[in-house]
Amino acid sequence: MYLPMSVSARLLVFAAGMVVFSLCQAVTDSELSGSTADHTKFDELKQVFKTGPEVTEACLSCHTEAAKQLHQTKHWKWRLKHPDTGEILGKRDVINSFCGSIETNYARCTSCHIGYGWKDKSFDFTSETNVDCLVCHDTTGSYKKFPTGAGHPPYEDKPFPPKSKKIWKAPDLAHVAQNVGKTSRQTCGACHFYGGGGDGVKHGDLDSSMTDPKKSLDVHLGTDGLNFTCSTCHRTDGHDVAGSRYTTVAKDTHGIDVPGRDDKSRATCESCHGSRPHKAEVNDKNNDHTDKVACATCHIPTYAKGGKPTKIWWDWSTAGRKTADGKHIKTKDEQGYVTYVTKKGSFEWGENLIPEYAWYAGNIRYTQLDEKIDPSSIVGINSFEGSYSDSDARIWPFKVMRGRQAYDKGNNTLVMSHLFGKDDAAYWKSFDWNKAIKAAMASRGADYSGEYGFVETTYHWPLAHMVAPKEQALGCGDCHSREGRLQNLTGFYMPGRDSNYWVDLIGWLAVLGTLGGVTLHGLGRLFFNRKRRDGDD
Amino acid sequence: MTRAIFFTRFERFWHWSQSLLIILMLITGFEIHGTYELLGFETAINVHTIAAWVLIGLWLLALFWHTTTGEWRQYVPADADSMMAMVRYYSVGIFFGAAHPFHRRRAEKHNPLQRMAYLMLTMIISPVIWLSGLLYLFYQKWSVIGLQGLPLELVALTHTLAAFAMLAFLVAHVYLAISTSEKPFGHLKEMLWGYGDE
Repeated sequence: MYLPMSVSARLLVFAAGMVVFSLCQAVTDSELSGSTADHTKFDELKQVFKTGPEVTEACLSCHTEAAKQLHQTKHWKWRLKHPDTGEILGKRDVINSFCGSIETNYARCTSCHIGYGWKDKSFDFTSETNVDCLVCHDTTGSYKKFPTGAGHPPYEDKPFPPKSKKIWKAPDLAHVAQNVGKTSRQTCGACHFYGGGGDGVKHGDLDSSMTDPKKSLDVHLGTDGLNFTCSTCHRTDGHDVAGSRYTTVAKDTHGIDVPGRDDKSRATCESCHGSRPHKAEVNDKNNDHTDKVACATCHIPTYAKGGKPTKIWWDWSTAGRKTADGKHIKTKDEQGYVTYVTKKGSFEWGENLIPEYAWYAGNIRYTQLDEKIDPSSIVGINSFEGSYSDSDARIWPFKVMRGRQAYDKGNNTLVMSHLFGKDDAAYWKSFDWNKAIKAAMASRGADYSGEYGFVETTYHWPLAHMVAPKEQALGCGDCHSREGRLQNLTGFYMPGRDSNYWVDLIGWLAVLGTLGGVTLHGLGRLFFNRKRRDGDD
Repeated sequence: MTRAIFFTRFERFWHWSQSLLIILMLITGFEIHGTYELLGFETAINVHTIAAWVLIGLWLLALFWHTTTGEWRQYVPADADSMMAMVRYYSVGIFFGAAHPFHRRRAEKHNPLQRMAYLMLTMIISPVIWLSGLLYLFYQKWSVIGLQGLPLELVALTHTLAAFAMLAFLVAHVYLAISTSEKPFGHLKEMLWGYGDE
């Protein structure tokens, strides 16, 4: 039987058809531009995963070599031997001035490890299923490691901080696994934007504003511009990511890296831009400066500029204060950023900061646990060499983290402290530094005199992100002036900034002397002329 | 007394364009030196650099002109006695209405002190300025000519000292040029229109 449709019904059907059609097209387009594999079609991933390692096992059934590759990387080992200094570096070993060291604090710190279950020293670094594929390859945004889960995501919804109302949702592991893809600003940022215990705390040039930035914030990552991901520059080869602040290339004399001919690194500015990238105008001074001035120095005029402040001062010595009735204290500044918390001490934050500048040859050293320090002076958590006369060094911009932290008063060394845990020695449990230091140092096998104090430290972070569009780069006069940005750098003559007292004194005496001389001469002539004329009269 | 062309068209062009360039370079140079802020460091550098190249071109032209016309003889130093006579005149005689000790002619249009001053300017101050200036400009290329050990400070300070000398010269030159002619602004008019009295 023929059922006549009303006009409006027909229109509705037509509209619905159009929507379905355009949706199909959108899906087709995005699938065509993406990967050659659709992970939702893999039977291996069509199952209920109870834990992360189960997902990894499924991944490895096709990507057979992936875990072996990752086992070689810093992301996995958190340890590397510096090729020049021989120092053992990496998160497992360096002492820092933020949240302290991972020794005895594993389960908390390793929520940023690309593995599962690094909760104590016994972690099996050879286990392939302990590698976390999803934390880097998730595209759903729903996969988050639980802050105290030793690298595991929550497998059931639970609150963090404990007993709070903030619920961390357990991800649907099968859904995440079926939607894996390339790394993104979001996946890298999940750890690197939150280093040091929170958004923007550590780096200053990396924070959550870089997840979806405008090009005015970062000319490379900007979604309204080049829309780079981290791996556009930090290219991987066999899962090994290029670029390191332990082995920084302070001066890339190699220039543009041509695929097939050169190293596979894209992590320096020069590897794409070359070492004379500026258009020569009347002067070619921009290009002439690249031998002594790092790109970042002019092109990162300010940092922490995406609306998120970075921590610039962290004073552990004030930690442990409680109210009269034994409650933890928390104070915030006007913008809501924490300035004091019982567990961690006092903080200061900074936004839109001007970097500090130093000659830097890339050979960064970290003060080792057994290294003697001078507690009467400010101790460098890291240090490096470089000067005007060092042809390997250039002027680099730095975020300098400052603060006060515990040290061994008897041995004059820095210390590690046991912060996290339910045991009595944990500082966040008993608030007893002595016990906390003793526990961490014992676990480390390091000597502790039993007497601690607090020492002021600095920690230099070379800046390389939040590169501004060229219109916002520094101009000549920002440094070439009497009180410019480089006024504290010594050992070289800089036009506009420097002058010689005697040359200027002699010069101006000569000029003013001549001016005074001719003035007197002229006045004298006028005077005698008039006198002569008067005499003639 | 006869009127004659004392300063040919080229000389007048040379004098005024040179003076303009030198004043421009003094203004921008002392900004680059950090004495004050006016155009901004980069603009100052660019103006200074362009002016330097134009001035070098002008000097080459002037060098050619002086050699081919033989006018370089105007700058051969006079004898010591006549120079001393000029010194006495400027330091004493000029105040008491003494007669000028030098009678100028077309072939000897500068007095003995002038000849000496201009000779010093062209043989010492200017070469020091442009040699140090070119070194300064090509700082990046020093290693090509084996000068990598040369401290930039030395070059910069030499350049600055010579600039001070140039500025002092300018002050004295303007004073004498404006105030020592027989008729008011006589020298200035000569340099504008070329005619002078012999």
